[in-house]
Amino acid sequence: MTTRMFGQKIARKEDPRLVTGNGSYVDDLSSPHTLAAAFVRSPHAHAKILDIDVSGALDIDGVYAVWTHEDLPGAAGERLPMLLPHPSLLAPKTGYALAKDDVNHVGEPIAMVIAANRYIAEDAASAVHVDYEYLPAVVGVATSREAEHAVHADVADNIAAHSIDEVGAVDEAMAGAPHVLEIDLDIERSACMPMEGKGVLARWDRHEESMIVYSSTQTSTGLRAALAAKLEMPLTKMEVITPDVGGGFGVKINHPWPEEVCVAAAARALDREIAWTEDRREHFVSSAHERQQLQQVRIGFDDEGKIHALDVKFWHDNGAYLPYGVIPPLNTATHVLGPYVIRNYRCEWWSLYTNTVIVTPYRGAGRPQGVYMMERAMDAVADALGRDRTEVRETNFVREFPHPIGLVLQDGREGIYDSGDFPASMTKLKELIGWDDFAAYRAQAAAEGRRVGIGVACYVEGTGAGPYEGGHIEVETSGRVNVWTGLTTQGQAHATVFAQIVADELGVPIDRVNVVTGDTRKTPYSVGTWGSRGAVMSGNAVHLTAKKLKQKALTIAGRSLEVDPADLEIVDGIVQVKGDPSASIPLEVISVMSNPLRYAFDDAAKAATQFGMPSDESKPPMLPGDSPGLEERDFFSPQRTTFASGMHAAIVETDPETADITVLRYCVVHDCGKMINPLVVEGQVLGGVAQGIAGALYEKMAYDETGQLLNASFMDFLMPFATEIPHVETDHLETPSPLNPLGIKGAGEAGTIPGASVIASAIEDAEGFPITRMPISPSELWELREKHAAGHWPSLQHPARVPETDDARAEEKVTR
Amino acid sequence: MKPAAFAYNRAASVDHCLELLTQHGAEAKLLAGGQSLIPVLNMRLAAPAHLIDISRLSELSSIEITDSCVRVGAAVTHAELETDDSAHAALPILRQALVNVAHPAIRNRGTTVGSIAHADPNGEMPAILALTGGTAHAVSSSGSRQIDAAELFIGPLETCLETDELITHVDFNRFPPGTRTGFTELARRSGDYALAGVAMALTAEESTITGLRLSFVSVTDLPEVLDMSERVTGMELKATTDLCAAVTEAVEATIDPAGDIHATADYRRHITKVMARRLAVELSCRPPQPPSVGQPGR
Repeated sequence: MTTRMFGQKIARKEDPRLVTGNGSYVDDLSSPHTLAAAFVRSPHAHAKILDIDVSGALDIDGVYAVWTHEDLPGAAGERLPMLLPHPSLLAPKTGYALAKDDVNHVGEPIAMVIAANRYIAEDAASAVHVDYEYLPAVVGVATSREAEHAVHADVADNIAAHSIDEVGAVDEAMAGAPHVLEIDLDIERSACMPMEGKGVLARWDRHEESMIVYSSTQTSTGLRAALAAKLEMPLTKMEVITPDVGGGFGVKINHPWPEEVCVAAAARALDREIAWTEDRREHFVSSAHERQQLQQVRIGFDDEGKIHALDVKFWHDNGAYLPYGVIPPLNTATHVLGPYVIRNYRCEWWSLYTNTVIVTPYRGAGRPQGVYMMERAMDAVADALGRDRTEVRETNFVREFPHPIGLVLQDGREGIYDSGDFPASMTKLKELIGWDDFAAYRAQAAAEGRRVGIGVACYVEGTGAGPYEGGHIEVETSGRVNVWTGLTTQGQAHATVFAQIVADELGVPIDRVNVVTGDTRKTPYSVGTWGSRGAVMSGNAVHLTAKKLKQKALTIAGRSLEVDPADLEIVDGIVQVKGDPSASIPLEVISVMSNPLRYAFDDAAKAATQFGMPSDESKPPMLPGDSPGLEERDFFSPQRTTFASGMHAAIVETDPETADITVLRYCVVHDCGKMINPLVVEGQVLGGVAQGIAGALYEKMAYDETGQLLNASFMDFLMPFATEIPHVETDHLETPSPLNPLGIKGAGEAGTIPGASVIASAIEDAEGFPITRMPISPSELWELREKHAAGHWPSLQHPARVPETDDARAEEKVTR
Repeated sequence: MKPAAFAYNRAASVDHCLELLTQHGAEAKLLAGGQSLIPVLNMRLAAPAHLIDISRLSELSSIEITDSCVRVGAAVTHAELETDDSAHAALPILRQALVNVAHPAIRNRGTTVGSIAHADPNGEMPAILALTGGTAHAVSSSGSRQIDAAELFIGPLETCLETDELITHVDFNRFPPGTRTGFTELARRSGDYALAGVAMALTAEESTITGLRLSFVSVTDLPEVLDMSERVTGMELKATTDLCAAVTEAVEATIDPAGDIHATADYRRHITKVMARRLAVELSCRPPQPPSVGQPGR
């Protein structure tokens, strides 16, 4: 019997190729004949365009075209699509592929230069002259909310979307709660920052009037449909392929990007292959950011810490436009409740325009902000009662499944927690980090003049949302197994984990299984890679397809061996009678038999030709209902979202004098249902934790009041290095999802979601005063200390007890 | 992020380099490790017509140790100087500071003299040249001159070098016997420009302090030296409370940090004082570095 691959720590099949530099990314696909695009981008956050003079650029040798908005043909010149309509949208605005009359953020594309190479294109871009009439810039949630100035003239209050959801009876429950706390919170902007930015290469075939577009997109089918619409081409004439992609983390799910529309339209107009690769500065100012919100939490609870009512309001910064709709604030609102039973919940939110880069999902996609509200509030409740923070959480845990939360998720369906074991997760986490021993550690550290704190944060995550994904599997006559699925790959181990699933079902060695993703020529029906859905959706789709294919193989073999297919099994790629390996046919032979041929192009084919094998003349060569080839397609569509969950704990040290913050330990207990490959899950969690810590301590988009991004480079945008990320200790729980055949849940975003919450919790514990604004830098922590010392910042009500001599000894230690 | 067009000139010798400098002068930039220059070109913050590459000149690639100084050629990388045991034995502050210069990958290409010529007040090595009272040797077609560190730096990213001048090497002067040195900085991430940094040389005879010099990273406009020798001479090494009070007070009076997106001016001032005080305590408790007389260079 072949070893079952599902659940094994299989090393990633794609790594040898990728880590030896043999990956093939969009920027690798250009030939010497490919023209390069560069974009003229707005240096101003908010302005009217009075005039654009491109003559200086056109004079430069090697320049083929300079386009402004008026050069965009037909639909390409209309506004970009609003991808996700939602009832909360009051004034949805999307931008143009090239700015039409005004610009609404620094970096917005105004003109495109096509030239022989990127150097010339950038020379020419800098020779385009634009006259502006400056308008006041609206930067930051608070400024937008005041609405003294409008981002879009016809949206005076800057409100793009507004929503109120209520479950239970919040006002009554709040009035009846023995205690009520109010908390104001603030969380800043960060961004996905994949190693590879956006990129597009468009290849027009004037004979076929067709186009192939290579893009680093997270949705090849979405981009295909969008570009066909923008270029007013029949869908069948447009194909989109995603080659190797260097990370996405959400930013590449938005589509079509302005540059994709412009490059594709120009490739057709000039009848030339054209490519554009985003550089890092462009990525900072013209892709997407996420996370900034101002939040207000009211929480009513009793002496046991049981939550009676939760009433939250938040204001979400959606930047200049919202082509990706309200997914982040919607996820925030629907993930506040976490692993807790809260029967009375109200959430009101506003999504606001600002003159800054657009906001679309970044790993976690609004969930980190929701968790931040709940977990900061949980810590506050514990502090108010003087109770252990884990106990207060345990008091409120959901213990029965399914658990409906009464809220509609991003898939348009009600959120129902399908499975989980939160008390068990907490027990594992406390053991892993040594929660109960921390007091002793704190005392010991204090005796050495060191200040330490411990924090905890819990979350649930709706993953694996529909509507569907598909699988297409074919066994070649060589025995090679090809697996196609339409969603795209940005570095996840799709080539490994989907191969594991197929290898198990077909009973073939995993080395024979080749997985291809994101190619609309083979898989025109697909949704895309987002929301921790790849494994759940395509994993189950290829599983179902493999089952179907196996049945087909057994049926064909059964006819040949004259046995009931139910008596057959596949072992090491050979179909055999159960218990009688002597009666067997290899899969590759079944592949030959499945496709009756007229022409023999090789030895294998010869066997399938009209004189190649005995035939039963009472039947046609292919039976009714059969299809040629050993291949099948199938789709998986889940009834609803499946909820993964996890709990993180961290120990931080804060320097008593410099306020430098060090994460000493970081522990994760994670439950994504059945794990296809624990090694891959571990990798996802570790990468996610790095981005979580990044958002807690390092990364912040620093806009000034005029809308200039002050840190648009890796020198000043502090993406942490490996040196900043502690060793992460993990443990797993596997509560299978009842919502899909494999029992799996998503794992892609989990590591990131509670990052700001758990670090805030730990710093608060170390310092003894509330932490309400994240990320936090040493400078900001030191300022809080100064405010606290001056009586302008409150203390916790029950700060951790540290031996009396702490400060005195610390002082003595440092001055000696 | 593509540079504007430029002509690349590889200098075949120092004389050739000086010819090219005379010819192109203000239109030219010297290229050594390129760790500051290339990003500036890529971002089109500068567009010199000519680059003159001196990185392969063997005349400029030596590290020499003399009784009085460590002499570092203009093509010597940070990594070469950092890992040179003779240089370390002669002047430990070099390695103490160099390990804080960016990351290993950058130190493998970036040159110490290039960093000094760049005169970035956020750079470690200008501060070290200043601390040691070192000198730069500049040459041009019309002659050569020695420039004291105190004269070399005239503003942020600005030196007194003429456009046709090349620094061939710098001399980091060695400290008197009985000196302990240390370097400390606080950066947001490992290898980042420091929020603040302090270099210190404390000299004592037996247990009595005879000299104390400090220089700073990121908190002064120029690589200034705070010479506290007069103030602390005669203090006992063990009298750390007095020493700390004196250091804190003098640092406060010397530095003038600015705030930016990473830290406020007040915070930078605060941590500079804390780091200087901690360093003073550390050095006064540490035995003097073993005296090492002139050893042959590479």
